[in-house]
Amino acid sequence: MLARAWDSDLAHNFRTSPVALASAALALILIVAAAFAPWIAPHDPTDVASLSLMDSFKPPLGMAGAEWSNPFGTDNQGRDVLSAIMFGMRISLLVGFLSVLFAIVVGVAIGLLAGYAGGIIDTLLMRVADVQLTFPSILTALLTDGVITAALPRTMREGLQIYVIIFAIGISLWPNFARTVRGSTLVERNKDYVMAARVIGVPSWRIMLSHVLPNVIGPVMVIGTLGLGLAIIAEATLSFLGVGLPPTQPSLGTLIRFGNDFLFSGQWWVTVFPGLTLILMVLAINLLGDWLRDALNPRLR
Amino acid sequence: MFGFIGSRLLQAIPVLLVVGFIAFALFEYVGDPVSILLPQDHTEAQRLELIQQLGLDQPFFIQYGRFLWTALHGNFGNSYRVAQPVASLIAERLPATLELAITASVLAFAIGVPMGVYTGIHRNAVLSRLMMIVSLIGVSLPTFLLGILLILGFSVGLGWLPSFGRGPVVHIGTWWTTGFTSWAGIRSLILPAITLGMFQMTLIMRLVRAEMLEVLRTDYIKFARARGLTNRSINFGHALKNTLVPVITIIGLQFGGIVAFSLVTETVFQWPGMGLLLVQSVAVADIPVMSAYLLLIALVFVLINLIVDLLYYAVDPRLRARR
Repeated sequence: MLARAWDSDLAHNFRTSPVALASAALALILIVAAAFAPWIAPHDPTDVASLSLMDSFKPPLGMAGAEWSNPFGTDNQGRDVLSAIMFGMRISLLVGFLSVLFAIVVGVAIGLLAGYAGGIIDTLLMRVADVQLTFPSILTALLTDGVITAALPRTMREGLQIYVIIFAIGISLWPNFARTVRGSTLVERNKDYVMAARVIGVPSWRIMLSHVLPNVIGPVMVIGTLGLGLAIIAEATLSFLGVGLPPTQPSLGTLIRFGNDFLFSGQWWVTVFPGLTLILMVLAINLLGDWLRDALNPRLR
Repeated sequence: MFGFIGSRLLQAIPVLLVVGFIAFALFEYVGDPVSILLPQDHTEAQRLELIQQLGLDQPFFIQYGRFLWTALHGNFGNSYRVAQPVASLIAERLPATLELAITASVLAFAIGVPMGVYTGIHRNAVLSRLMMIVSLIGVSLPTFLLGILLILGFSVGLGWLPSFGRGPVVHIGTWWTTGFTSWAGIRSLILPAITLGMFQMTLIMRLVRAEMLEVLRTDYIKFARARGLTNRSINFGHALKNTLVPVITIIGLQFGGIVAFSLVTETVFQWPGMGLLLVQSVAVADIPVMSAYLLLIALVFVLINLIVDLLYYAVDPRLRARR
């Protein structure tokens, strides 16, 4: 199984593409740094007791007064910027992954249903997707977030905010998956194996899930990877606008928003380092997505 | 031609009705405006008076009908946050957003198309590769971060350009304001317009490049070369013209995107436009502003789609011939 995966075209293409290798390595480093942050971060930014105002606004390495214990400097409360970034990435990645997963589940289900059922169901579902696609996803996410937050009782808002964000971003991305899956399903539906399955009496839901689904999932991987980049940017943007996650769970976007206040007083590192991390993360994911799209599309070779 | 416009308009009406219903549903069921508006130490009589004032004690259909009727007249009630009519709040801020969005679009088009043509023709040149790398960064760079970095470089670092606001504005007519009349106003516009236009610029560039690559492979281009036409006339007269249909679609659809994304740019630069208004309203669940914004944006999108369809006629003669 592993040997077969190693020898496949895709794996070979991956091994020989410097861009794919470099971006995968970068993504891996960032993901490991985020996943193991509680054990490898130099400080614990969530531990308020360890913070000291004496340590506030230490500059990053390379500037006068910098210390090795805070390579990226510290913020206004003496919090280590590097550690805050590592913990922030956890939240950014978590929200990104879960939003895309949610969008994939909803989008693939609707796409399969629309493509396989056809007729009025298809028209109706795709019409909804079309209307939503004309709205930019950031607007959909912002309005969804605002509406749900308004509908929740005040005491529950903070605790549920992370789920609201995941839902809002997921909802803003599903039409991309639905349209692609519907397109491929329309092609697969008329192939012989589906006809054969139908003739021997396999129920429709079973044909969709175990026969059609595996054959339409390829493009979903590509859109999913690119969607992850979009979702991470969307979360950071919402948090930057102050309508995202509560300050008790600072993601990269929240860190950038906090740091933005100190831009004019000269403490640029509080906002620039989380910003650069965000750019690197999204760049690595986008490069991987681009590579995957080209690798799966033989016409472009 | 007129039948075509008519059918497009008819298609737009259900979309607007659906969005109108969503906007009303928001207005009606979401949040509890009464508890937001009342002071902490209110009496029961004050509460009932406010409910009556807002019309929240009326039945569903009366409220829906009244909502549609007043919305048609450009009246969206009062903002919960600042207790002013929503329509005048938005009208006050519309010119700022439109000026920013149009400048950004023009910028994106004027830079993106030549860059796309160049990278399409000189596919493997060093400059092309450089442009492609820049465009990839442009796609990966979140709008708000680009704005912050520009402020850091050009306002904090170099001190060349202002970092917030619109600068001095001049009133034209009854409600339009413009920052174009003074040098300070134009200077204030530069950084926000670059921030807002960057994503669209990279998108247009990549699209024009891809289309140029497709078109340059076709037989009629080969034939034009065989006839000995100049490169200039082949590239611009024959190739570029045929890439324009998808480019117009994207630019048209992206103008809506620009209007929406202006909310991010406006927050970064504290630009007094509609987007900033929306963000401030979402933060405190100011439903009347949110639903009015939703309706307005839907209307803008419908209009843009219509204009895009009409532009097809102007650009692609095949469409004119078929009907």
